[in-house]
Amino acid sequence: MDMSLTLVLAVNSLTLGGLLFLLSAGFSLIFGLMKIPNLTHGSFFMLGGYVAASLIGWGVDFWSAALLSGLLVAAFGGIVERLILRRLAGAELAQVLVTLGLSFMVADVCLTVWTGDPIRIDTPSALRGATSVLGVAFPAYRLAIGVIAVLFAAALWALLDQTRLGAMIRAGVDDPAMARVVGIRVSRLFTLVFCLGAWLAGFAGVIGGPILSVYPGLDQEMLPLALVVVILGGSGSLLGSLVGSFIVGFLYNFGQALFPELAYVVLFLPMLVVLVLRPQGLFGRQAG
Amino acid sequence: MRNLDKSFGGLCVTAAVSLSVEPGERRLIIGPNGAGKTTLFNLITGELSPDRGAITLFDRDITRVPSHRRFHLGIARTYQIITLFQGETLLRNVTLSLLGLSRLRWNPFVRLGRQEGLLARAHETLARVALDHLAERPLAQTSYGERRRVEIAMALAQNPRILLLDEPFAGLSIEERRDVRRLVTGIPRDVTIVMIEHDMDVALDFAERITVLHFGEVVVEGTRAEVVAHPRTKEIYLGE
Amino acid sequence: MKRVVVAAALASLATAPLWVGGTYYVNIASQILIAAIFALGINVLVGYAGLVTLGHAGLFGIAAYAGARLMNHGHGHVVVAAGALAVTLVGAAVFAALALRGEGLGFVMITVALGQIVWGVAYRWISITNGDNGISVSGRPSPLGLSLASAANFYWATFVVFLAAVASMAIFVASPFGASVRGTRDQPRRMNALGYHVWMIRFLAFLFSGFWSGVAGLLYIYYNQFVGPQVVALTASAEALLMVISGGAATLLGPIAGAMLVVIVKNVASAYIERWNFVLGAIFVAIVVFMPEGLVPGTVRRWRGAMAALRPRAAPAAPAPGGGGR
Repeated sequence: MDMSLTLVLAVNSLTLGGLLFLLSAGFSLIFGLMKIPNLTHGSFFMLGGYVAASLIGWGVDFWSAALLSGLLVAAFGGIVERLILRRLAGAELAQVLVTLGLSFMVADVCLTVWTGDPIRIDTPSALRGATSVLGVAFPAYRLAIGVIAVLFAAALWALLDQTRLGAMIRAGVDDPAMARVVGIRVSRLFTLVFCLGAWLAGFAGVIGGPILSVYPGLDQEMLPLALVVVILGGSGSLLGSLVGSFIVGFLYNFGQALFPELAYVVLFLPMLVVLVLRPQGLFGRQAG
Repeated sequence: MRNLDKSFGGLCVTAAVSLSVEPGERRLIIGPNGAGKTTLFNLITGELSPDRGAITLFDRDITRVPSHRRFHLGIARTYQIITLFQGETLLRNVTLSLLGLSRLRWNPFVRLGRQEGLLARAHETLARVALDHLAERPLAQTSYGERRRVEIAMALAQNPRILLLDEPFAGLSIEERRDVRRLVTGIPRDVTIVMIEHDMDVALDFAERITVLHFGEVVVEGTRAEVVAHPRTKEIYLGE
Repeated sequence: MKRVVVAAALASLATAPLWVGGTYYVNIASQILIAAIFALGINVLVGYAGLVTLGHAGLFGIAAYAGARLMNHGHGHVVVAAGALAVTLVGAAVFAALALRGEGLGFVMITVALGQIVWGVAYRWISITNGDNGISVSGRPSPLGLSLASAANFYWATFVVFLAAVASMAIFVASPFGASVRGTRDQPRRMNALGYHVWMIRFLAFLFSGFWSGVAGLLYIYYNQFVGPQVVALTASAEALLMVISGGAATLLGPIAGAMLVVIVKNVASAYIERWNFVLGAIFVAIVVFMPEGLVPGTVRRWRGAMAALRPRAAPAAPAPGGGGR
């Protein structure tokens, strides 16, 4: 495989890794804190992309559309959490059923509103074309996604590690009963975290738009990847999501290119190996 | 004859703990919270693996024996937090414990409800703790004291040679404690008992020998009289 | 009361081809039974062992593909069935050994990974599975000389297998081994302390579950005369899981009701409603909101509630039975 192909694949891997980080960080937080396997997460991603596509069509600029889309998806997530998921604490099977059911509903609504044709979101004009890094030309937008992902990783880390809110979240993840006793408004925290996770997913769906487009089935393609990342990295671990995202990004791109026959095997086999050797993921905590 | 022998350079929770219990003995293990008492039990039963050390049961080294098999060798235990089968009746709870040591537990063909011998023994076991009249009551509808007695009954039903009781009096009312104490003191001498208790008053008259743990180490060990009089014991408990 | 309902249900199922009205609907009925067998198998793990699986379509598919290939190699149907089931059991053993390394979500994800790997092979390893084009077969077995070519005959043969599956589940649930499995679901630590080999119990439950998934897969290839990679997709595993949960996990009838729900909405409702996915999703959400324990237990609970409300008020309630020995 020649150098330029390798570079292209590497950049694509970074891009996919960045998108996956935004998607899976939310999932990991939600699962780590609330123990909810939020199988609607892929739908949040897809919904974000569709809504932004419409907003952009009405003249909103790219970045505002991304932020706004995220907010709308977050609002939707908040409603889901307050009305439905809140009553299901601890009922894992019911959570699986309801989040999958919602994803079916969202998918069909999107199909009705936006039809089945893939929708392209144009790359924001400022980032079109290539930039030169160390004398090599890279597509500017793809690099930008990687940068954005890292920025968000840093921001999330700062949030969790340095702020009181973050401390409450971490307390809630480690010991929810104790957190309640200490006076942490756990239910408000949960809603907040769920909305945050949904916002991240929706935002990711928008910025992924120029690369992936938005189309029916996007939700079902992204969700398993996010799950792989969370499992590989360890749920509840931000570092795990970051590392896991890039690993998956690389496996996916290089796997497709090198072994088209075994594309999925290349993706899932390492995950299997990690799980078998270290069930809590690379950075996860030992099972209690 | 040696009963049980442990020496661990265990996890950071227990450090070089050595314990030796004679058959038929009534041993009490006490110490402040976090001293490593339950960890010790977990090491004995195999629910936790020691970093170093060996465990011997009746002259047999069981350090390598898988956890569930140790219970076939004569160990039985109760837990600090009662973890029985909430959705099942008392009878079914006890039946499960009897089934645990029986080959029948692998049988997928016969009907459990028709195993007359097993069920009769389960009734007997409940009768031993005066709870047979509640045999068909779901566990969730019994009091904490009743559940504790069921738990001990289940452990005794397996005819253990050594019984590990982890804070059996915790959470019980005065009457309930009386019932449990009567139950425990009534256990025949062919069963060795090792009890963990946090509350000295309750368990003191039960013990013949006492081991005091603190920060994962054995700090005092001896007969009841010796331990009670020992200055370090008072230090640990008064300093609390 | 319960016996009457069950007997009536069995009678209507047994005579289905006579009253459903048309080959199309008889075929749907066969599909329901096949899905029900699959769901019953999954329920052994999900409902009774407390282990959620999203990879069982992989085992279903292994049976279907193995059966298809054996058939196309010219083997007789006894060899086809035995071979397919044997391969599936080996697959189940591998799945179980790997999945049991994980707990909770780890277990689920390993099953996802395994299912996806099987899907990847089905999709891409063209020399074995013919990839996207799938494998076609022709012919169904003729047990005791009876041809199963007609929809009705095939339905009745499937019904017999279905009865066997239900019977095996009933026996399993009532058996000591069944009690052991449920024990490991509720209190694995306690079970270990009572002398049970928790890992082995789960492993055997997985094999039992895999066996019936294999049977369903085998019936599927005979029914459909074709197998393709979509049978092994993650959505197939998810749908089967949803059948179990929506109908009521850890019940005998739940998976059957769930299978009926999903197959009917997918096939029949889809003829009238274009957005039937939405309908299915909405039904799932409604079930969770109104009957989170599942259709069957939920319906039973409401029925009992309704019956109790209709009963005339008795005399003032007798004092509650006294607590033990005070």
